[in-house]
Amino acid sequence: MAPAEPILQVRDLVKHFPLTQGIVFKRQIGAIKAVDGVSFDLHRGETLGVVGESGCGKSTLAKVMMALERPTSGSVVVDGKDITKAKGSELKRMRRNIQMVMQDPYTSLNPRMTVGDIIGEPFEIHSEVVPKAGRRKRVQELLDVVGLNPDHINRYPHQFSGGQRQRIGIARGLALQPEIIICDEPVSALDVSIQAQVMNLLDRLQKEFNLAYIFIAHDLSVVRHISDRVAVMYLGKIVELGGDSQIYDRPSHPYTQALLSAVPVPNPEGREARQRIILQGDPPSPANPPSGCRFRTRCWKAQDICAKEEPLLQIRPGTDHLSACHFAEARDVVHTQS
Amino acid sequence: MVEVLSEPTGRGSYSGALLEVENLQVEFHTRQGVAKAVNGVTYSVNPGETLAVLGESGSGKSVTAQTIMGILDMPPGKITGGEIRFRGVDILKLSEEQRRRIRGEGISMVFQDALSALNPVFPVGWQIAEMFRIHRGASRSDAKKKAVELMDRVRIPGAKDRVNDFPHQFSGGMRQRIMIAMAIALDPEILIADEPTTALDVTVQAQIMGLLADLQRDSNMGLILITHDLGVVADVADKIAVMYGGRIVETAPVHDLYANPAHPYTRGLLESIPRVDLKGQELYAIKGMPPNLLEMPSGCAFHPRCPYRREDCATAIPPLYPISGNRGSACHYWREVVDGSR
Repeated sequence: MAPAEPILQVRDLVKHFPLTQGIVFKRQIGAIKAVDGVSFDLHRGETLGVVGESGCGKSTLAKVMMALERPTSGSVVVDGKDITKAKGSELKRMRRNIQMVMQDPYTSLNPRMTVGDIIGEPFEIHSEVVPKAGRRKRVQELLDVVGLNPDHINRYPHQFSGGQRQRIGIARGLALQPEIIICDEPVSALDVSIQAQVMNLLDRLQKEFNLAYIFIAHDLSVVRHISDRVAVMYLGKIVELGGDSQIYDRPSHPYTQALLSAVPVPNPEGREARQRIILQGDPPSPANPPSGCRFRTRCWKAQDICAKEEPLLQIRPGTDHLSACHFAEARDVVHTQS
Repeated sequence: MVEVLSEPTGRGSYSGALLEVENLQVEFHTRQGVAKAVNGVTYSVNPGETLAVLGESGSGKSVTAQTIMGILDMPPGKITGGEIRFRGVDILKLSEEQRRRIRGEGISMVFQDALSALNPVFPVGWQIAEMFRIHRGASRSDAKKKAVELMDRVRIPGAKDRVNDFPHQFSGGMRQRIMIAMAIALDPEILIADEPTTALDVTVQAQIMGLLADLQRDSNMGLILITHDLGVVADVADKIAVMYGGRIVETAPVHDLYANPAHPYTRGLLESIPRVDLKGQELYAIKGMPPNLLEMPSGCAFHPRCPYRREDCATAIPPLYPISGNRGSACHYWREVVDGSR
């Protein structure tokens, strides 16, 4: 499915937000290590799912990839060029190729703009894409592509339901014909019956336009459905990365196993027999992460080495994909043996 | 365990279902018109039992719960019919003073968004202790001691040191534990949990659901779990009421509902969710949108989206047809749905 040449390469990406003290003379007293050394590739036409709990750095990662935030270090290479170092007109040109669909369809659309203005706004900024005369027609085509009535071009966002608004957000993301779309929790604000509609739409658009998605979500079932590969994040680092069945059927990192076993399965058969790994406590603060392996404070496998030596993201003996655990071991936690 | 100083309605004397909601109807009068949020809802809960009320936003599941608690905003809300019997007594007919005694001691509630449900300017211990000061007339120091005990009971680490902390100093999961502590403070017989884990991460959700199950087992509470998450329901529910457009469209024991849904909406929902244990192809998507409460479709509220619909679905409102002893489906063609032919 995935051709050899990656369309997006993220290497050792680090984003620290400084913590300062004092008003006039600001001193840095520490840093929130939101993203702390993340590397992965994204290929044309594939979907990379990024999962993790709140505060693990998924959304910061998206912002850095969009060049909305400058990274502390590391690179994001799109089509051979580093977007984190690009400036001015070059940055503007690169951004055309990488677009975003936001989480909340209620706040991410300007209530004072018509749908036509919202979807057409990217053409104002990148005026060379579609000549002025053709813009209205192009917007109507986009509305049609995402399954909305093209005649509704003059309506305002409040006249649409949540699912329809998310379609407007997707149309806006498609306007500049990007190759990469970053979806940050695109269905989490929607009702169950509407979620399926939006996910099917994303699926169809990917096939139609050969889009590459980075799909950020906390809902592991949604991510499994849409992703070809999945990265699991914990406290700013990727702890496990692999194909969807590698991650879901043979997870090898204890955190992934705990995360997956916590997902309620919509089938009551054998629920008494289901084994749950219930983690104690909350994730530590990213301002002061534990030494060595960041998960060791909540891990049932932790030993001395975990505090001393940081486990690298690599293929471990006995597993077939990347895992950042000294004691990685494949274990199926999702399927019940009832 | 707290001493019970006075019995609201005489615990243990009534032999029917602990809580019965019968044909409840609630409307909201708005500038745009009358929104019929609840159109004849009937369900019951017994001690130790978990009833899951499943539905999407606008299905009326939370309004029903607010009406049971007596915290519905009136106006714009208005109860236009039905009964809510707690231990056989219709609590809708009681005075506000009598309602207050049931609230907290008889029926209690956990809200979805703990951050906005807690008061940001008072310490959490003070807020938990308020239950004892007001309902039990306990002294400040006694009430605070009880608050620490409760925080221990909901497994907040270092309860003694954290009793004077403010809500913003706790994580989302810990705040939800504080909400639960307040709800179980007076040892209620019925606990209503309205989307208790929706705002939380999965690992924290598992902790909270585990905590609720343990508390329920210890005190034999009846639990009404309001949620839209079919996974959570499959995990904990004994029986399920599926709501759509202000009505119960299907009611069934948990195993029957998942094995063989008898309403097209339930069937559609089950087929439209992605599964963590299966990699599916294209998801089945229920067409269209949930109904607008101001302009309810005629007949069956689900008929514009239903693959089983016939002409009479647009005219005749289907009653909740009994299927077997404890199952019911509000679909004229439930037999076809059960057979799975479409």
